[in-house]
Amino acid sequence: MQDIPWGVLVILLPVVGALACFLCPRRSLQLGLAVALVVVVCVTGLGWQVVELGAQRYAIGGWGAPLGIDLYADGLSLLMLVLTAVVGLGVSVYSTGYFEAGRSAIFWPLWMFLWAALNALFLSADIFNLYVTLELLGLAAVALVALAGSADALSGAMRYLLVSLLGSLSYLLGVALLYHSFGSVDIAILAHRMEASPAVWAALGLMSSGLLLKTALFPLHFWLPSAHASAPAPVSALLSALVVKASFYILLRLWLEIFPPANFALAQLLGLLGAVAVLWGGLLALRQTRLKMLIAYSTVAHLGSLFLAFPMATSIAWKGALYLLLSHALAKAAMFMAAGSILYFGRHDRIVDLDRVAQRLPLTLVAFGLAGISLMGLPPSGGFIAKWLLLEAAIRTGQWWWAIILILGGLLTAAYILKVVGYAFTQAEVTHEAGAVPARMEWAALALALAAILLGLIAPWPLALMEIGLPFGVEAER
Amino acid sequence: MSHVFLYALVGVGLFTLGLYALIVHPHLLRKILAINVMGSGVFLVLVALAARTGRALPDPVPHAMVITGIVVAISATALALALMLRVQTETGQAELADERIE
Repeated sequence: MQDIPWGVLVILLPVVGALACFLCPRRSLQLGLAVALVVVVCVTGLGWQVVELGAQRYAIGGWGAPLGIDLYADGLSLLMLVLTAVVGLGVSVYSTGYFEAGRSAIFWPLWMFLWAALNALFLSADIFNLYVTLELLGLAAVALVALAGSADALSGAMRYLLVSLLGSLSYLLGVALLYHSFGSVDIAILAHRMEASPAVWAALGLMSSGLLLKTALFPLHFWLPSAHASAPAPVSALLSALVVKASFYILLRLWLEIFPPANFALAQLLGLLGAVAVLWGGLLALRQTRLKMLIAYSTVAHLGSLFLAFPMATSIAWKGALYLLLSHALAKAAMFMAAGSILYFGRHDRIVDLDRVAQRLPLTLVAFGLAGISLMGLPPSGGFIAKWLLLEAAIRTGQWWWAIILILGGLLTAAYILKVVGYAFTQAEVTHEAGAVPARMEWAALALALAAILLGLIAPWPLALMEIGLPFGVEAER
Repeated sequence: MSHVFLYALVGVGLFTLGLYALIVHPHLLRKILAINVMGSGVFLVLVALAARTGRALPDPVPHAMVITGIVVAISATALALALMLRVQTETGQAELADERIE
């Protein structure tokens, strides 16, 4: 058991699965589900390995760091992989009901490629490999958005592709400068050799701005609502829950390990942009008339709150941000899936015309409500633990103004969630015929929403996992 | 050493030029070309800076990166072109409609 390279398997299996689904389109659903289950088992295996033996480093082909490609798994990577597995399993089950046979045969290979890219990204130990996985991720995600086939979806996908390529190229130019300065792309080696110079500052600027564009931090969020809202519901769930988080993960790694923590002004700027995103995204979400657009703007707001950790930059703040990332991913996936069920049921997602969804799709509305509780940050959800950690960090570092933003963000979230729930309970002016929703779609959304709540009840476990390999450093005694 | 930096500067210049074209031109084909020009700029920087060691033989690692980058760029361009054709079929124009003001 200990000698099995689980890290390689969690990357290789989805690639094989994608090829198999592509070659046998008629069997793609069964193949895809089977591979999804095996990947979950492999992630569990890797988790066991990391928990028992500590952070793992694996040299592919036995070449080793300066020349070959290394995989590295610490607590941070592991949590991202587990998150991907949980959301991935939920989306896989949901999509079996959502897509008809023709779309399903295209969805599965692309989703398996996306999964492979995500797993590879979270395990990469060098900045060039991160670039490659980022591009793989972007291409698979764009193709998935285009799967909806409507004019809106195609335009959204096209804009997303251009933005994604711009972000990756900017990142790659930064990689070129870092390699030129230090003669390595390995994160550990770079961290060791790092010293400030104009080239490093330029690299920091290029890589950060490229990644911010991909993470859709205000004011670079313009592409996100159209892409996320026009995609098919399982794809929206994947994009909002995982894909935008992948570029945030890279940014987090770079800031934690490579770039010196002295760039105080830049961190404050990120915090400020995050704060504006929280308010702006929240206000725009409140003004939306379409459910999926509302959820997409809510993603803009919550991505902003992740960046509030940068100016605080303590171990607790980073843990709070990661906790927020995990709970937001689960809740937002559940919410997009619930919206997809409502759309599937009533053939529209106009919020004012939601006609007694509460009576007719009770499970879906419960999933929506539970996900909303986690997004608002009410106890006992995962979102509550995250906000608690961030508030604690804000008070400990004396930067209380970030706490106010967090609370305002929570209130705005409550406002737009309750608006939707209110319309879901009442009869709309225009009643309409409705289709049946497969039970597995409703249950999949509910399972992820429950996972977001459960994340608040099992807080000690994820927090203990975050200590493995000390990705966030040691908390300074105060 | 100076001509190495000249190449690198040309690379940065191409990157900037591509970025400018990407922002100002509405036609999607021009945007896709602009992305490719930007990519070539980055590759030029990588190739030029491979002479960093100052010895007779340049560093091979950036060359390997450029080859990987070219593979990525080709795949991305192919996807972008296919998507552009679909956008044109669906909307009747190979341009992105401006964001609706909401």
